[in-house]
Order: sequence, then structure tokens, then C-alpha cells
Amino acid sequence: MANTLKRLGKWASSISKTRYYSTICEEQKVQQSGKTVNLFTAINQALHIALETDPRAYLFGEDVGFGGVFRCTTGLADRFGKNRVFNTPLCEQGIVGFGIGLAAMGNRAIAEIQFADYIFPAFDQASVFSLFIYFLLRKTKCRCCNLPGFQHGSTWVKVRSSVKLPSSDTVVGINLTVEVESLYGVLLNLISHIPVLRVDLLSGLTIRSPYGAVGHGGHYHSQSPEAFFCHVPGLKVVIPRSPQQAKGLLLACIRDPNPTIFFEPKWLYRLAVEDVPEHDYMLPLSKAEVIRLGSDITLVGWGAQLALMEQACIDAEKDGISCELIDLKTLIPWDKETVEASVRKTGKLLVSHEAPITGGFGAEIAASISESCFLRLEAPIARICGLDTPFPLVFEPFYMPTKNKIFDAIKATVNY
Amino acid sequence: MAIWLTRSRNVTCHLNINLGLLRILTQSYGRSSLTTSATGRNVRIPPHVGLLNLAALFSFQRFESVKAEKQHDSEDHGDEKQALDFPGGRVTFTSHLRFISESPEKRIHCYRVLDDNGQTIIGSNFQKVSKEIAVKMYSHMVTLQIMDTIFYEAQRQGRISFYLTTIGEEAINIASAAALTLDDIIFPQYREPGVLLWRGFTLQEFANQCFGNKSDYGKGRQMPIHYGSNKLNYFTVSSTIGTQLPQAVGAAYSLKMDKKNACAVTYFGDGGTSEGDFHAAMNFAAVMEAPVVFICRNNGWAISTPTSEQFRSDGVVVKGQAYGIRSIRVDGNDTLAVYSAVHAAREMAISEHRPILVEALTYRVGHHSTSDDSTKYRSLNEIEHWKMARDPVARYKKWVEKKGWWTDDDEAVLRSNVRKEILQAIQVAEKVEKPPLMDLFTDVYDSPPPNLCEQERLLRETIKKHPKDYPLDVPV
Repeated sequence: MANTLKRLGKWASSISKTRYYSTICEEQKVQQSGKTVNLFTAINQALHIALETDPRAYLFGEDVGFGGVFRCTTGLADRFGKNRVFNTPLCEQGIVGFGIGLAAMGNRAIAEIQFADYIFPAFDQASVFSLFIYFLLRKTKCRCCNLPGFQHGSTWVKVRSSVKLPSSDTVVGINLTVEVESLYGVLLNLISHIPVLRVDLLSGLTIRSPYGAVGHGGHYHSQSPEAFFCHVPGLKVVIPRSPQQAKGLLLACIRDPNPTIFFEPKWLYRLAVEDVPEHDYMLPLSKAEVIRLGSDITLVGWGAQLALMEQACIDAEKDGISCELIDLKTLIPWDKETVEASVRKTGKLLVSHEAPITGGFGAEIAASISESCFLRLEAPIARICGLDTPFPLVFEPFYMPTKNKIFDAIKATVNY
Repeated sequence: MAIWLTRSRNVTCHLNINLGLLRILTQSYGRSSLTTSATGRNVRIPPHVGLLNLAALFSFQRFESVKAEKQHDSEDHGDEKQALDFPGGRVTFTSHLRFISESPEKRIHCYRVLDDNGQTIIGSNFQKVSKEIAVKMYSHMVTLQIMDTIFYEAQRQGRISFYLTTIGEEAINIASAAALTLDDIIFPQYREPGVLLWRGFTLQEFANQCFGNKSDYGKGRQMPIHYGSNKLNYFTVSSTIGTQLPQAVGAAYSLKMDKKNACAVTYFGDGGTSEGDFHAAMNFAAVMEAPVVFICRNNGWAISTPTSEQFRSDGVVVKGQAYGIRSIRVDGNDTLAVYSAVHAAREMAISEHRPILVEALTYRVGHHSTSDDSTKYRSLNEIEHWKMARDPVARYKKWVEKKGWWTDDDEAVLRSNVRKEILQAIQVAEKVEKPPLMDLFTDVYDSPPPNLCEQERLLRETIKKHPKDYPLDVPV
């Protein structure tokens, strides 16, 4: 038990460290401005800091060694050595599985999947986090009865759903749904083991991957698969909209106690340029940001799509429509509160993303908001998204949720 | 040969417990020994090397545990106690604590017919090639080279959005294609347009695909170089790595069930062998006894990752044996070696219902694609060496010239004609209009479901309202 407590203590201190970082970032993020850099340079800075500040951080993936096909990892192998920054064999399931193992041993694993379009072989690994907990529990020995965590006599316990955390940095309130076939005592045992297990798991895995349209990528270099990953219990899905956001959010992901997947809008790698503070800062996860205040309609989006949505807001303003634009940043667990508060004010909602409309994450937002704000809604929730077709090459401009599609939907919703 | 015969006899002795199994095994062993001897020494190399090396390496009298089951069943003959019967067969015991070495003492040989000067190596054992095929192979290799050069330039000029060359791997492309028949089904990676060229895909068809015009069979929906042809039994290229491999096994199984005189042939690179799909495909192929030929273009580089960071085995060829697949390593820049190996592989795959693995050693002379600058991670000298000193086309040319089948005049006429034809194809492809908008919604399902119909209707309304948002060259 003492050992357990000791480990719990270690964990708690790492959490408080996390909070410390968060506080710093909130205070300092706008105060200090740095050089104007593009998005891939901002990512590079974040990775540099992550490796610098944590000697147990590792960075790996296909072609990462020479700087990566998008140059995000330039100079890092030279700076931190090939043992910490390295090429892996061409195997996405290997990359993510390796990352899980590394993370489980108390390291920070930063895994790169070269394109989100190629992430699917890793899906098996990325979606086993909940089962992974199960494995760790079995590894854990109960100090009271000296039995391996899950096996108590002939009784077998199954984890049905994964660990659920009420918010990103809360230690207490872990809710593990377990099915115990008998013996209440086993359940108690289990609960006492949860902190141990979380210490093992919390060490950190971050999967980085470029996603989204780029103008000429066709089906295999343009997809937005974020919704698939929002179905994985325990995994956080984060997407930045700009260089400054990318740096702060990526550092937050890397240091977050939960496994995270960080989709980088590849269209913005070179295109988006912004002042990025040079120091180490983090932006909070699961916290949406109102990036434009308005009163007539709420727009919710993430990543590269926000730039188009902002243009639509500007056009709408000329027509006398005041739009409130929200960057969701973390798709899951998402900041429903901020969106709800905005919709209560405006009474209208539009969600936009590049991924196919059907089963996209926009559908989840629309369903949740219609549940919680039903009586306040003045118009059906609009969704302007990608089509339910494979991502096309020649037809890309037709597939995309363009500014004018959004603009038309704003008008239609406001005049409903 | 002697070893093989002894071995088959021993296997026969052992398995008379199960008569059904015995019949199958004697049949397959009988066949395999015949075929191996017929196809020459090199096919037989792996078992030899294994035996000799291990004996040499450990100087042990007994080396049973190293080669389980088949090869050493003789050792425990008459002494049942020294062998373990288990569900996977019969394995003899050893009292020596010894691990199998991580690598053989000598690397697996590379089968070669033409030396660096394009002369046939004396005593080499290869499939004879007629003048007609020999010349056709050469002219297709040249055509492929010119097509690559011009399309690459077209991309640089912004006329197409992407391109990927095959330079340095012309021999694997053309010679492997020449050794197959049109009934064989091809599952390509993406650096094998030469196979399609050999099968009769016209330069105009290549250009149409790269320009994504309405004559492109993919209807402009895929990036350049994602060729495919139903007519030519060539599955459409996907960018994803290795996904074609298990698919090829499924197709091969179908060919076997339909008793077709054909096999499935699938191509991949050294990087592709790291994917789970490669391992799944190899294992499936062996277990399902599928007539599939796996052709690995081991060109040394997976984008920037050298093979030393890809695997630590002796290349790819040795992986075959671990899965129970007969394998060979060939000089991928030797047209005649590739032709002979693939020819033999095809015969064995079809007649014996078995997969074959061919590892062709070569070099990716071009950048990975037009999105890559390979001088960032490899030396110019290395590239130049392979480009100049080891060009498979130049090497093969010397051979056809020496045969008296090719002259400088032929060369000049071919080059000038091909160049003209490609430039013409590009000009035509550029002028052909883009596919109509409705093609965005077709082929997703057999017929468009309501959600797609609705999306098409909404899209057309938007286009009417905002025509300036959309490219003029796509007919709406």
C-alpha cells in the first residue's frame, strides 16, 4: 500500500507540474511575442522544447530523422541524438504500438504518422488504450492478497469501458466501469489499484499527423479522419488553427497525462504565419476559444477550416449579421460549455469541417446542442462539411466546405 | 539434388501415420525437387547455405534444431524418444543449448546473368529470350525512361500536379512484365508503370491519367500515377503502402479455385516489407497455397529511410523461408536475370500452387517523388554512380547490340519517335476536358444513395449562385 501511495504521490506531483505549466501559459501567452514563423516551424519549436525539457521524451516516425517530409522535425536528430529522435520502419501499427510501450514505461512518446491518410493500420493500436488498461491491471499485484490485479481465485473481471476523466487534469473522480462476476472484494481491490495503473498509463503518448486538404492531394493525401478517433475512449483529439496555437497545444498534448492525437492542418504548414512566443508555453486542452464575438449566430470549427469560416463571418458582417466564431481546438473531450453559452446567446448554430458530413464530429455537436439548447434554438443547426465521397483530386473545389457555402448557410439560418 | 531426394524420402517415412497427408506431401515434394532442379542452382541456394553455414558456424555434429522437421527427420530415424511429435509436426531434440544465428554467415547470393558490361556470365543458367521479345524489352525500357523524363518536367512546369519516376528500376518493370502473360493479375505498388506499358497501356492513356481528364479511367479523382486498367488486368495503384499484398493473395486463391493458368503478381518496395500487410500476405499465401508471385523492388530507400533502418535481416529474400515460401534474390538491374527468375517463379506458382518471393536488388535513382529532394539525405555521388555506372538500360543495351539485334540507327529512330509521341500525348491530354461533375458522385456505390443525391443537388445550387468559386474546365 505504501508503495502505491508513493507512486500516487509521484503522479500527483507530475500533475501539479502540468498545472503549473498551464498557468504559465495562460498568463504569458499574449504578453510575450516572438518571431513570425509558419506552422511547421512552430511545431518544430514545440518538439524542440518537449525534448529539451524532458529527457525521457522520444520522437519517432517514418522519415523523422532527416527532418520529416513536412520539415517539422528539422534539426532535432542532430540536436538530441539518434537515440531520441529516429526513423522507424515503415509501419504505422508499429509506430503507435511502440509508442504505447514506451509511454507505459514512464516516457513521453511523440509518434509521427506521415499522413493522416496512412494512419489506419495504426487504428488497432490507437483504439486499444482501454484494453491496455486491462493489461496493466493484470500486471499489477495486489499487496493485500498478493494476487495479480484482475484474477482473484477463479473470478475473472472484465473492463467494459475505459477510464473516464471528468476533466483533463483531475486526478480524483476516476470512473472505471467494471463488470465483476462475483466477489465484491475484488472490486475494492481493483479500485485501490486504479491509481497505480494510471501512473503507468499517464506517462504520455502523443500521435502527431498532418491531415486535411492541400489543393492537390487526392484521396490519399487529404483526408480528415478525426471523427474515427473521437470514438476511442480515453484518447484526446486536438487540432490547432495557427502556428501560435499549434505550439501551445502540441506542448500541452505531449505533457497531458492522457494519450492524445494531434492533427496538424498540412495546408497551413507554410501558409499560416504568425508571431509565436519563443518560450515554453502551453494552451489548455478541452477549452474552446471564442475568436470572434457576435450575437446573431454561433459558428464552430477547428483547424484550417476556421480561416474560411472567419472570411464568411466578415462577409456576413457586411450584410449586417453578427457572427460568433468558436475554435473548438480539442474535439474530445470537447468544451460543450463554451459552445452552449454562445448558442444560448445567439440561438443559432453552424458547424463546419472538411471531413465527410455523415458521422462527422459536427453531428455530435449538433446532437448535443439540440439536446441542451432545444428551447433556445431558433433555427435548425446547420452543417457545412465535406461530401460523403472519397476525397477527389480534380473535384476538390467542389468537395470542400467553401466560404460561400458557409456564408449562404449563415444567411439561411439567420433568416429561417 | 541428392540432398533433396534424401529429404523427400525421409519425409515419406515419417508421415506414413497419415496416409492422406503422405499422398499430398509426396506429390508436392516430388514436384518441388523436379522444379528446383529444372530452374537451376540458385533456387536451391537457401537450404544449402543454411546447412553449410550452420555446420561451419557451430562445428556441431548435430544441427537438428536449426532446421526443424523436414530436413533432419533422418537423424532421429528409429529413435522415437529423441523426437517430439506435436501438432505442428515432428521435431528432433538436441542436448546442445544453441540459438539460431540472427544471420547466416554468408549473405544469400544474388542471381545474375549479365555482367556489368552486358556480357552473359559463362555458365549462367537463364531463360532464353527471342529476338522479338529482347528488342521489345529494350525499346520499352527506353520508352519508360523518356516518359519519366518528360512527365517529370511537365510536373516541374506545373502542368500536372505530381509525378514519380521509375528511373533505375526499368529492368524490374519491363523484364518482370515480359515474363508474365496478360492473364496474370497485377497488384502494383506505384513504381511499376513499366508493367502497364508492357501490357499495352498507351502513352496517351498514361497522359490522360496524369492530367485527370475525362478519358482517365479514374475520372480525375486520383492523383497522377494512380493508373489502373481493367482490360489489362492491372489493379489501380493506391498510395497506401502494402495494402495490395494481401489483396493479391485473395485474387491468386480465386485463380487457383477457378483452375486458371495464371497467377497474381504483386510489387512492393523494401519499405513495404515493414507493413503488417506484407506479413499477413506472406503467411496467407503460404497457408492458402496461393499462386502469387511477390516481387520486392529493394531499391535501398523508403523516401529518406535507408534499408539499414528498415530491417536487420539479410534483405527481404530470407523472410520467405520463415513463412514457408520459396524465394530468390536477383540482380534487379539485370534484365535477363529478372526475366528468368520471374518466368520460373510464375511457372512454379501456377503448376505447384505455391507463392514465390522474388527480391530484386536495385536502386531508386530518382527522388521519391516530385515532392522530395533526395540530396537532403543521400549523396550525389551515390546517385550518380547508380545512374551512370549501373544503369540497367545501358547494360542490357550492350547485350542486345552484341547479339546484333540493335543498332545506333534503331536507337535514334526509337528515341525520336517516343519523344514525339509523348509530347503529342501530353498536348492532347491537356486539351481534353475534365470529367463532368457528376463523376464526383458516381462509383461511390453501385448507384448513388439518397445522401449523395441530396449533396449533388445542393452543390449544383451553390455552383449556380457562386460560379466564380469553381474551376471553369470542369463541366457541371
